[in-house]
Amino acid sequence: MSNIWNIAKKEIKTYFTSPIAYVVIAVFLILVGFFFYSALSWFNSQAIQMAQNPYYAQQMNINQMVYTPLFHNMSIILLLMLPLLTMRLFSEEKRTGTDELLFTSPVNVGQIILGKYLAALVVLAAMLGLTFFLSVFTFAYGNPELPQILNGYLGLFLMGAAFIAAGVFFSSLTENQIVSAILTFGALLLFWILNWAAYSASGMWKDVLNYLSIFQHFDDMTRGILDTKDVVYYLSFAFFGLFLTHSVIQSRRWR
Amino acid sequence: MIEVERLTKKYGDLVAVRDLSFKVAKGKIWGLLGPNAAGKTTTMRVLTGYIPATEGKATVAGFDVFEQPNAVKKVIGYLPEVVPLYPEMTVSDYLRFVAALKQVPTSQRKPALERAIQVSGLASVKGRLIKNISRGFKQRVGIAQSLIHNPDVLILDEPTIGLDPAQIIEIRELIKSLKGEHTIILSTHILAEVTQTCDGVVIINEGRLMASGSLEELTASFREKERVILRLRRGHEEALAGLGAIPGVERVSRQNGELAVEWNPRKDLRESVSRMAVEKGWGLLEMRTAAMNIEDLYLRVVSGGGEQ
Repeated sequence: MSNIWNIAKKEIKTYFTSPIAYVVIAVFLILVGFFFYSALSWFNSQAIQMAQNPYYAQQMNINQMVYTPLFHNMSIILLLMLPLLTMRLFSEEKRTGTDELLFTSPVNVGQIILGKYLAALVVLAAMLGLTFFLSVFTFAYGNPELPQILNGYLGLFLMGAAFIAAGVFFSSLTENQIVSAILTFGALLLFWILNWAAYSASGMWKDVLNYLSIFQHFDDMTRGILDTKDVVYYLSFAFFGLFLTHSVIQSRRWR
Repeated sequence: MIEVERLTKKYGDLVAVRDLSFKVAKGKIWGLLGPNAAGKTTTMRVLTGYIPATEGKATVAGFDVFEQPNAVKKVIGYLPEVVPLYPEMTVSDYLRFVAALKQVPTSQRKPALERAIQVSGLASVKGRLIKNISRGFKQRVGIAQSLIHNPDVLILDEPTIGLDPAQIIEIRELIKSLKGEHTIILSTHILAEVTQTCDGVVIINEGRLMASGSLEELTASFREKERVILRLRRGHEEALAGLGAIPGVERVSRQNGELAVEWNPRKDLRESVSRMAVEKGWGLLEMRTAAMNIEDLYLRVVSGGGEQ
């Protein structure tokens, strides 16, 4: 455990001593802030209009009208930004030869992978955690449902964790960070839009494609539905990504 | 301390190391000598557990490299050819990270760090970012990281490559100062490095062992003639004839104002030669053995082949 933490600590330090983490977090917060502001402004203008009619006014739901679209927007930003966060994790080590230090230390390959994964999760948690401050406004002037919001955040975190595992995997494949980021983004986007293919499929394939689609599982979570099926999906996606990383690194050393 | 038995490493169809065997005794410095692409780095990578061998066996400090990789990694300090540095870290932070990675107990990390910094002469740059220090210091940081857990065995892959002459001397002195406490294998293709720092040498070429042993043993085994150089004040002509008459002397020749006397290495005629020079009053100023040097040995072994 201490080996994992030692590696994670070093990676977190690297993220925060270089501009990477600050740029990723700042850009993420600016974009999320913009989407939040737009959604809230639209909600306000709707609320003013609906205030004329008590029936419609009761239909106004800040969770559905602000948070659900906000979470969807955040998930797209994560899809674009997380590959940039993970692209250097292994490719940089390989390019500069520092992998030789790691793999000749009394640390298992699995511990190295988990250490790096954990570091990226910490940055993801910081990104998401900081956006929580936006909710100060909605709680001060309205009454959104906290459990539903937390469920959305949990969905974002789990989905981000799956994205990061894919990023770690593609980073282990190549010495080139750009290639690593593009492959991660391409693969994730493909998984994202698998449910589009499900529209034209039928029978078992429809279910399989729907199950494999990243988006399908996330959609439920933004609506406040916590289904173990979705949690298991993201966790197994992450596990599979890390398992493949382990296989790639081991097979390369044995070649 | 280090034993390699019939080690073979193949990369696909390419055989990088073939049937290599050698031993290094505790507390000695051994050079792994060979031209570029001879298999030096591959051998070191197998010993450090970075890559597994295709066939054969290697043990370090009694631990099998393949069966107990983590035990071996704990007793080995390794400086790869490309020094594994994180440019955005300070020297101290980097060494602290390596200490944690090498599982130095938390309570001993501070003294370990101070010792590595002191031994490697890094005190003046310990707070600086690695990307901002000179090449020579980077190499020292590389050596410091290999020493941080006070390993029994040090494996240094071309430790002086790319340094200027003054830095090369500094690093060689540093390596020599580590002898005794640590068993060291260093790879090089610079012959002077071996004569100046090593007790013994393993010469490999195209992945095969060409020769191994202590420097004296090797030069002696490759020497066909014992050769002694005499510097005399007078009587050169007389000496040419007189020394040639000593039973067993095969040849006496003039060389830059000195005399070279050769005989079969199975005999030791040094006493007879010196006695004659003194008795005849030639004014013996100097008498030295012209040992076969490492350059001769290396060129013969690498170009001529032949296992010893």
